[in-house]
Amino acid sequence: MASSGEEQAAAVRVIGGWASHYAIRAYVALRLKGVEYESLQEVVGNKSELLLRSNPVHKKIPVLLHRGKPVAESMIILQYIDEVWASDGAPAILPADPYARAVERFWAQYVDDKIAPASVVLRGVTNGDKDEAAAQVSTALQHLEAAFGKCSQGRSYFGGDDIGFLDIILGSYLGWLKAVEMIAGVKILDGSKLPELTAWAERFCAHHAVRDVMPETDRLVQFNTYLIGVLKAKASGNNK
Amino acid sequence: MAVAAAAGAGGELRLLGTWSSPWVIRVRVALGLKGLSYEYLEEDLASKSDLLLRSNPVHGKVPVLLHGGRPVCESLVILEYADEAWPGVGPPLLPSDPYDRATARFWAAYVNDTFLPAFRALFRSLTEEQRAAAFENAVPKVEALDRALAECSKGKPFFGGDAVGLVDVALGSHLVWIRAVNEVAGTNLLDGARFPGLAAWAERFLAVDAVREVVPDAGKVLEQYKGFRAKWIAAAGSTSKST
Repeated sequence: MASSGEEQAAAVRVIGGWASHYAIRAYVALRLKGVEYESLQEVVGNKSELLLRSNPVHKKIPVLLHRGKPVAESMIILQYIDEVWASDGAPAILPADPYARAVERFWAQYVDDKIAPASVVLRGVTNGDKDEAAAQVSTALQHLEAAFGKCSQGRSYFGGDDIGFLDIILGSYLGWLKAVEMIAGVKILDGSKLPELTAWAERFCAHHAVRDVMPETDRLVQFNTYLIGVLKAKASGNNK
Repeated sequence: MAVAAAAGAGGELRLLGTWSSPWVIRVRVALGLKGLSYEYLEEDLASKSDLLLRSNPVHGKVPVLLHGGRPVCESLVILEYADEAWPGVGPPLLPSDPYDRATARFWAAYVNDTFLPAFRALFRSLTEEQRAAAFENAVPKVEALDRALAECSKGKPFFGGDAVGLVDVALGSHLVWIRAVNEVAGTNLLDGARFPGLAAWAERFLAVDAVREVVPDAGKVLEQYKGFRAKWIAAAGSTSKST
């Protein structure tokens, strides 16, 4: 007979990858709520049957499987986790106030629109102008630096006293942003230009729900090289 | 209908928009469904108002909903805000079950991130080749939405079930533009023969009162679209060296 912890973990599974900042969002949210989960690691370039069945539309990670039913898209997963595990004791991911929720959702969309595409260019994973990409990230972070003051209202996180939706959405990029600094040779989290975000970043990475799932910079740099190799091999394979 | 609900809960409502923007239509439909009254301010995007630039400094885009002077930007964010700021006012755009909510959000995101970029390529296509390629690329996205309709509606009239929901508004607000593009391109993106479910849904959506009241005249949209295309063609012609 499975123990209740095992039963619970089997009830919640995440199809993801240790290096995927989108998957990291799901891990952090579940850890924040104290929900045990089974972590299924996808192999780059070789998608599992389970992933293809669970997210047939996009075939991407992360996918949350809760009682066997799939939830895809990291922002949607975060809100699902927030709504399912919403008892009195559990920390809230989105704030209660509708206006504050709208502000966090706005910035979350902004983060994904601006930082994700620029990051993959700076990593050399997709083609693009690296200077433009660096400028795009810089502008975005400057806006977020200003937003931090308004959202946090003097407290430690965008979400207030504890990490919330926007913290997780932006914070999940921190591993890759540090890796990009090494890969592309650009300074992204400059303490002199982004004092609030730089301090917040340290707090976020040290948070109990984050520290065990935030990958180390060196590992990400290695992974990036590996990923580029896989993509090149696939591309040249397709051209035969 | 819900006169008493007019902009309660925290102040006046103003909406910054442009008459033909499908993203603005989304918000107007949602506010109409909830019976919320608001002041509508038409923006000239060639000469943006101070209010717009102050309210949406990051993007400078419409729609912007101002509630008691506080701006909410991005159409889907505004739609969820409308549900949450006025709970119990009109039918909710999102269902109450978390899994169903996730499904609705998934398809609304699909409309924004997958369908609309494909549609935009058709919208912007100038040559036969571009048009054919864009159409071919867009059809699978329509197929996916047709399947989604069957899944989400479970035999009821809308993605949201008995009542119009988030996905209905997200997709339906673009119908007038889809029709304009179809007419000019000679394409049939929501082909009733191929996608009878979606085609029937489109008619039902456009017949809803709150939708009819705010969707712009199809003839005017067509005219505006033809105007855009004339400009793009002229710009392309002036930069190309051969015919």
